[in-house]
Amino acid sequence: MRIGIVCPYMWDVPGGVQAHVRDLAEALIDDGHRVSVMAPAGDDAPLPAYVVSAGRAVPVPYNGSVARLTFGFLSANRVRKWIREGRFDVLHVHEPAVPSVGLLACWVARGPIVATFHASYERSRAVSVTAPVLHTALEKITGRIAVSDAARKTLVEHMGGDAVLIPNGVTVDRYAEAEPLPGWGPDGTVLGFLGRMDEPRKGLAVLLEAFAKLAGERPGVRLLVAGPGDADDVYAKLPKNLHDRVELLGMVSEADKIRALHSVDVFVAPNLGGESFGIVLTEAMSAGATILASDIPAFRKVLGDGQAGALFATGDAAALAREAAALLDDPQRRAKYSDEARLAVRKYDWSTVARDVLRVYETVTGAPVGVEDE
Amino acid sequence: MNTTVILVVGVVIVLTAVYISWRAGRLDRLHIRLETAHAALDAALLRRAAVSLELAGSRLLDPATSLVLAAAAHEARTAGPDEREHAESDLSRTLRAVVDQETFAEKVQAPELLAELDASVAKVVYSRRFYNNAVDVTRVAQRRFLARILRLAGHTPYPEFFDIDDDPPKAMAGA
Repeated sequence: MRIGIVCPYMWDVPGGVQAHVRDLAEALIDDGHRVSVMAPAGDDAPLPAYVVSAGRAVPVPYNGSVARLTFGFLSANRVRKWIREGRFDVLHVHEPAVPSVGLLACWVARGPIVATFHASYERSRAVSVTAPVLHTALEKITGRIAVSDAARKTLVEHMGGDAVLIPNGVTVDRYAEAEPLPGWGPDGTVLGFLGRMDEPRKGLAVLLEAFAKLAGERPGVRLLVAGPGDADDVYAKLPKNLHDRVELLGMVSEADKIRALHSVDVFVAPNLGGESFGIVLTEAMSAGATILASDIPAFRKVLGDGQAGALFATGDAAALAREAAALLDDPQRRAKYSDEARLAVRKYDWSTVARDVLRVYETVTGAPVGVEDE
Repeated sequence: MNTTVILVVGVVIVLTAVYISWRAGRLDRLHIRLETAHAALDAALLRRAAVSLELAGSRLLDPATSLVLAAAAHEARTAGPDEREHAESDLSRTLRAVVDQETFAEKVQAPELLAELDASVAKVVYSRRFYNNAVDVTRVAQRRFLARILRLAGHTPYPEFFDIDDDPPKAMAGA
């Protein structure tokens, strides 16, 4: 199939949508399809062979923050030319409601158009002011996908209609092997945490409380934390004598994140709620980490009711400490969880997600017409 | 004075004509989208019934299950327009009952057929969502004052939603 994918955000700036588009495109290419991605990019940014630049993105204030977007007639012409030359069977636009190349593509294209909605947000004023203009472009979308229940809810509330749910994938193989960080495990003593330190819902506070309890009983136990946030705030929650047993890596690169996952004996996900899917768990599972997660619905589902990792009562530091101690003492159980996790996460691999997205393509391309420019 | 009036009236007429043709063009686009979506839905339903029949006739199932599945698939395939929603919902329920049997995965060793069934079940879900979306926007557009007064929709009937139970079997829920 000839597939044209449009990404609204700067390709060379890291972000969730960009990563999604990259992984999807590569999975589809692996599956033998011809894929071209159009995305804004810096003038001298190195681009993979399948990416076509839509030009530079301009920083503009949008929806309460500064976003780098690509718009204007010049960009519309580039999109038009790309569509004409690509002769795609299907056009797949990401975040079409964002005023960038995605919206332009909907505007100039005709034929089977699939759109994926990523973000959940409150209604913005601009959207209602320009609603008729937006509607004409968005009405052309024949198949709509939402990546999470939250994104789907936003879509239903703001634009009406419904969407099919296809959650994000994880590229399992990318996480499978990595060198542990120097000076760290796995050696039977390391607990790990990944995520924003200053966001209460990620539950680091619960883990710190449990760690303080655990560390008092076991002199060897250490804690490795990776994620953005203020280090002083975190240390303030810990007794002074434990400070040298907790390492805060701060924000880490993708590569170091994977290495961190391979450096721990028990990966703890103490989230208090609000996770719609649990991408953090699927990444840890791909790395074959032994997981101890709070018993929220999303985690319970991903871990197969506790088959692929241990669960503890959400928000209960004492239960967390107890379970973590039991896991640290039982290498066999850890190994069993690790194996089960590697197996269970296959279901969330990008190849599975790409298969579902392809089914959407096949659904909308029933008629033998391709995408044209208007 | 007279020329000004004529000019103003002329401009108003031209603008109105442009506006009406734009609205008519939009409605036309929506109708094409609706037809395409309907064709896709129809194809997905037929395909699901066909794969179900194949599974029922494959001798991989016990005779009772085979018969139940074959009957449901046959009903779905032969139902008239008025009974179709009902029959397709029944097929969804039957498929759930068949595939979610305890030992189904061990007993039925036919990866290709099951993959095909899985794909056809998912495509029913997808195409029905997309079709109902198209019905939704088309209905709103057809109900607009201008479209009603000027019969912009022509002979296209007021589209109906396709409401069925299409929940897939648990083992096939995809991701």
